[in-house]
Amino acid sequence: MTALVYVPRDSSAVSLGADAVAGAIASEAASRKLDVKIVRNGSRGMFSHEPMVEVTVGAERIAYGPVGAGDVASLFDSNFLDGREHPLRLGIAGEIPWLKSQTRLTFARAGVTDPASLHDFIAHGGYRGLRRAIELGPDRVVAEVTKSGLRGRGGAGFSTGIKWKTALDAPARPKYVVCNADEGDSGTFSDRMIMEGDPFVLIEGMTIAALAVGAAQGYIYLRSEYPHARRALSEAIATACSNGYLGANILGTGKSFELEIRLGAGAYVCGEETAMLESLEGRRGMVRFKPPFPAQEGLFGKPTVINNVVSFATVPIIIDRGAQFFHDYGAGSSRGTMPFQLAGNAKSPGLIEAPMGVRLGEIVYDYGGGTASGAKLRTVQVGGPLGAYFTESMLDVALDFESLAARGGILGHGGIVVFDDTVDMAQMARYAMEFCAIESCGKCTPCRIGSVRGAEVIDEIINLRRPRENLEVLRDLCDTMKFGSLCPLGGLTPLPVLSALKYFPGDFGLTPAEVDFIGADLAISTSGAVDTHAIAGR
Amino acid sequence: MRSRADSDFATPLRRGAATVALEIDGRAVTVPEGTSVIRAAAQAGIHVPKLCATDSLEPFGSCRLCLVEIDGQRGYPASCTTPVRAGMKVRTESPALARLRRGVMELYISDHPLDCLTCAANGNCELQDMAGAVGLREVRYPSSGASHLHAQKDQSNPYFTFDPSKCIVCSRCVRACEEIQGSFALTIDGRGFSSVISAGQNGPFAASECVSCGACVQACPTATLMEKSVIELGQPEHSVVTTCGYCGVGCSFRAEMKGDVVVAMVPNPDGHANHGHSCVKGRFAWGYTTHPDRITRPMIRKSIDQPWRQVSWRDAIEYAASEFKRIQQEYGRGAIGGITSSRCTNEETFLVQKLVRAAFGNNNVDTCARVCHSPTGYGLKTAFGTSATTQDFESVMHADVIMVIGANVTEGHPVFAAQMKRRIRQGARLIVVDPRVTEIVRLPHVQASYHLQIRPGTNVALINALAHVVVTEGLADEAFAAARCDPDEFAAWKRFVAEPRNAPESMEKITGVPAGLVRAAARLYATAPNAAIYYGLGVTEHSQGSTMVLGIANLAMATGNIGRPGVGVNPLRGQNNVQGSCDMGSFPHELSGYRQISDDAVRASFDAAWGVRIDPEPGLRIPNMFDAALDGSFKGLYIQGEDVAQSEPNSQHVAAALRAMECVVVQDLFFNETTKYAHVFLPGSSFLEKNGTFTNSERRISMVRKVAAPPAGMEDWEITCALAAALGYPMEYSHPSEIMDEIARLTPTFSGVSYEKIERLGSVQWPCNDSAPAGTPTMHVDHFVRGKGRFTITEYVPTEERTDSEYPLILTTGRILSQYNVGTQTRRTLNAAMHAEDRLEIHPSDAELRGIRDGDWLQVLARRGETRLRALVTPRVQPGVVYTTFHHPDSHTNDLMSQHSDWATNCPEYKVTAVQVAPEARSVQARSGNAHPYAEDPVAGQDVHATDIQHLVMMANDIGAYFAGYPDQGEAVEEIATHLRNFWEARMRREIVDYVENGGAELSPLVREAVTLIATESVPSSEEVGEG
Repeated sequence: MTALVYVPRDSSAVSLGADAVAGAIASEAASRKLDVKIVRNGSRGMFSHEPMVEVTVGAERIAYGPVGAGDVASLFDSNFLDGREHPLRLGIAGEIPWLKSQTRLTFARAGVTDPASLHDFIAHGGYRGLRRAIELGPDRVVAEVTKSGLRGRGGAGFSTGIKWKTALDAPARPKYVVCNADEGDSGTFSDRMIMEGDPFVLIEGMTIAALAVGAAQGYIYLRSEYPHARRALSEAIATACSNGYLGANILGTGKSFELEIRLGAGAYVCGEETAMLESLEGRRGMVRFKPPFPAQEGLFGKPTVINNVVSFATVPIIIDRGAQFFHDYGAGSSRGTMPFQLAGNAKSPGLIEAPMGVRLGEIVYDYGGGTASGAKLRTVQVGGPLGAYFTESMLDVALDFESLAARGGILGHGGIVVFDDTVDMAQMARYAMEFCAIESCGKCTPCRIGSVRGAEVIDEIINLRRPRENLEVLRDLCDTMKFGSLCPLGGLTPLPVLSALKYFPGDFGLTPAEVDFIGADLAISTSGAVDTHAIAGR
Repeated sequence: MRSRADSDFATPLRRGAATVALEIDGRAVTVPEGTSVIRAAAQAGIHVPKLCATDSLEPFGSCRLCLVEIDGQRGYPASCTTPVRAGMKVRTESPALARLRRGVMELYISDHPLDCLTCAANGNCELQDMAGAVGLREVRYPSSGASHLHAQKDQSNPYFTFDPSKCIVCSRCVRACEEIQGSFALTIDGRGFSSVISAGQNGPFAASECVSCGACVQACPTATLMEKSVIELGQPEHSVVTTCGYCGVGCSFRAEMKGDVVVAMVPNPDGHANHGHSCVKGRFAWGYTTHPDRITRPMIRKSIDQPWRQVSWRDAIEYAASEFKRIQQEYGRGAIGGITSSRCTNEETFLVQKLVRAAFGNNNVDTCARVCHSPTGYGLKTAFGTSATTQDFESVMHADVIMVIGANVTEGHPVFAAQMKRRIRQGARLIVVDPRVTEIVRLPHVQASYHLQIRPGTNVALINALAHVVVTEGLADEAFAAARCDPDEFAAWKRFVAEPRNAPESMEKITGVPAGLVRAAARLYATAPNAAIYYGLGVTEHSQGSTMVLGIANLAMATGNIGRPGVGVNPLRGQNNVQGSCDMGSFPHELSGYRQISDDAVRASFDAAWGVRIDPEPGLRIPNMFDAALDGSFKGLYIQGEDVAQSEPNSQHVAAALRAMECVVVQDLFFNETTKYAHVFLPGSSFLEKNGTFTNSERRISMVRKVAAPPAGMEDWEITCALAAALGYPMEYSHPSEIMDEIARLTPTFSGVSYEKIERLGSVQWPCNDSAPAGTPTMHVDHFVRGKGRFTITEYVPTEERTDSEYPLILTTGRILSQYNVGTQTRRTLNAAMHAEDRLEIHPSDAELRGIRDGDWLQVLARRGETRLRALVTPRVQPGVVYTTFHHPDSHTNDLMSQHSDWATNCPEYKVTAVQVAPEARSVQARSGNAHPYAEDPVAGQDVHATDIQHLVMMANDIGAYFAGYPDQGEAVEEIATHLRNFWEARMRREIVDYVENGGAELSPLVREAVTLIATESVPSSEEVGEG
């Protein structure tokens, strides 16, 4: 009988040697004349155990990891194909507590199925959402998505249903569906993992959106730094097309939907949805003002649904299981689950899908296991490079849109980066300005000039040149950027700067009293000029 | 530089019936839906600080100065990008807003030189104004910070500088280049703080795609893009609205002045033709008006081999008058005539024809429009009843399909072309009919759906083929034609075009255009909701120019594309006042408003007003004047502002004719080719030195205002008056407005026109009278001016100018953006550097065949003359066709041109000349062996020119060939006879009658019959006319 062995093809596993492991297993099996079939699955997101090899034993999948190519011979020697003991044996994959305790809705198949196999996808519940969506028809699909409470997972947290409704009601033709796959926040990878590990679910979600709003053309705006995702998506799109799930006459409905991948060129700001549209249209990635919103006038000036990868990938299960099923998870107006991505100085980093409202401390300690260095945890940045820094005493904050906002933070794309006590928060604040300066599209003045001046002023403070006066300048500058910027890149940059200043004044050579004024400013993180809609897609 | 005289409402005007009421700072405002908050505020008199917004450009939202507070809306929305909503409550000032604006301004100034006092924009700088408005008092950022203060200035453009150290990256220049001009020459290079304006691939402006239209310079709020003239002279202190003196677009400008010195010409945002846009000529190339070559003293000489003598105005005028009187006494009343210019004002041209008709006592007046758009006048009058465009320029914004025939719009009519491109970028489809790949065929974001690349001279074959498709595929608008046109003529026309010989498949071998393309283009044109035809000299300057205009009119009528915005037949006039000079009665057979000289009632009104008896016979056309001069019967000519020796075809012939005259009076700005043969030079005034009006391509009458004194002391109209007075016919006017009043009194289509009205409305489009007091943007709305639209049979008659083994290539000509016609003006500006020489464009295959490399000097030989030009090897021209511009007198392109001309109007066939071309080193052998027959002495070549009677026979046969297509031969004979009666001067008629009576061997039978018809009528004898 053929033994089924899973070796992830996910970039993180591959970067840790998964290809060599797969090769070693194949040659070892050949030399031992064993009938082994290797499936290159996605990753389950438990990076401390990658490459994690799984073998099918009866109805179970036994996991081993992290497996190096050098471990393969000993695995065979230990009869791992039968699930036998080995120092790397992790047990039944689904029973590993790190995984079992998660609530995997969007990521239900990631790491489980062969991402290239439509059969696998369907066998694990794929395309049930699309079939139901066809039965429901556009209005009811949109109503269902609205009712589920799904808010954009790219960062803005705007109601996906309302967005779709706007596009559905827009009279102009044609309409487009665009997936923002320009996942640019440092320390985030949930989009990549979907695209590499379960690309059909993204295609299914986009197809549901297209049928719901009446679009016949879709684009996936993919960052060029994701070649593996591109390959997996391309394969899946071709397969979906040749099996009637994409292209002309989808599942006999008479409706068609073509899907194309477009590659970005490395600009962070193209994760901002309007800059992404400019880039898609062949221009440099410059932010557009809103309104009009893309759902009214988007790609080529036509109504366009833009959602993040995870948002689209979450739609099939909502339609399949019903709005209420999804709505049952979460807290407040943040419904459902969120794939949190733990990175930085974390002992067990990876993808943790949990209901909205999970405590930051649970992610950092229960899943992350504290710092990788073993040194004391100093701060956690939530929401990507433009997110606020939290101190250890604030780890009780619930990870949902409102709770984070109330504590001066943002959820963003769900990136969580851990720092130990070697971090210099003044340098981190400076880095935020520098990041903005490097990534600014250059359109609006507060971001274009302000970010450069911000780094310069922080240098003045750090070097103790008129620090009090310059602190005032910095405060004014942060206001100008926060309230004056055209898009959230400039508008949110003050967040890491001010939170670093507020919680770690000593790193700047300042006393807590000197930064006393900051508190109130932090609480407006998602209001003001920063329209929540505008953050979609980062 | 933006004119200080123009207010800025920050975002463009939105039109539309629906309005929105809101409250701004407690003031109630009602504005059209879609208006921005900042514009609504401006309309309420509240000026929100701004930098990136300007009302000529769509909102951009980058500067973040115009932030406001809106009740119920979080944060501080930018008022430029926020549209008004009903009931909105807006606050434009608050402590928070003040802080934010100051914060933004502090950032700007942290990267800006603090050199206001020595800056060219001092006093007219929006950045300076805004720093003041927001109350910026200090810049607290470290002075050691990053900056652009040491960026290098780009001075490569002759007219403006680009100083990136002063740039605030508002993108107004980039947006102006895209939105207004459509050149896409500018972009922003780099990101974030490194963002810089870049011309092309980050090279100098002069090396980029920049066409120097000046839109970016006008849009720039700082001194970053700045006119060199302003840098040199300083900011202007007043401005005067006037009209450009270059092309037929007729752009409105503000002459920005210091005293009587022009500092800059800035397009007027309120200009109805140009809406604040301009091109390199009108915007920058006005330096010729103060060029040292200007002649500022009157001069005379007894004969052309004598040197000029400077004399007083009185002596010059007296001398001219006495010579004209002497000539008339010696050779007869018809021995003198006048030529009006399309560059002069309406009032000036009206006076010249008045001078000829009233003081000379004959109708020997013609206009240089003869050589460009006379077929338009004839064709559109015949078909619709009015010799003018059916539309205004704005109409193009409603067109769904635009067909451009024989017009190089981006070069010849750049400001209108910018608007056309804008419409195409909005989605209108484009069909181009041109032998050459003109720019409009493919540009950034503009691409022709079909380019019908015809062989020169085959326009009529093509228009018939297009019509064939429309008729045979059932695409005609039968309802329109039935209601609006003569049904019998429509039916006859349909039978004609439906004949298989007019099918695209039959015509393909003539036109060279694949039949499939013709069919597709015809379908596109015929099925569009609104389809408009724009055409230029590529239509008119042919032996069948009038036929083609009629063919275009037929096609437009047959598809119902007449009488509403977005459609029509739109001739693009070459010079600033082609339309006006024709309107003013400059043609020998017509009085003002296109009324036949033979019409007794019309003449009577002029007779009464002028106190004379106008000759009922049409006078000589320009080519006939030259024929008559060589014939010895025409001896004196008053030429106002037209270089006939340079611009008429067959220059050698013209030179010989001028040489044969006894008194040639030239009134002009400069010495030119014609003044070589002149006896009196009267220094004229430029468009900046006189008052008057110009009428542009869209029948729009606009004011020309005097901003400086004429250097010789007299405006052109005053000179004509002085000459009339010296001839014993005083014309008393104290101001050109009185001349316009006279025009209005005598011309029904102008009866409502007055300076007061033009001042009030900004401009007015004729017809303007009691039934259309505000003028007429769209003509023939409910019915054609002539009643029923007239379909005519447009038989394709190939030109006599054929290629053969000796002259195997067809030469066609055209213009380039930076130069204007024969270059008299533009060559005396820095534009000269933009087009230093005319080149002969030749297809790579033709070049290879002849061993011609790019840049080689070539000998270009035609049947009548030769010249030399340098080669430009390019696939823009098709094999078998060569092309050149004619802006440099040294090019002598008109030496090559034939005497063929339009059968109806004698507009010369500039666009088709058979030539041979060879590298100069291996010159082709001229037919006669060595030297070209009249390379040396023009008069010596006279014998090989067609003699007068031969020319008349050719002209008559041309007319015959056109009407030969009529199914009813009797009708054809009558039409030919009518044409001869209406357009041929009496002596010409007499001569052709004499010729027929002597056998008339070379005339076609139809023409012979027609001449026999008119022979029985009372044609005054040559003697009678001569002595009258």
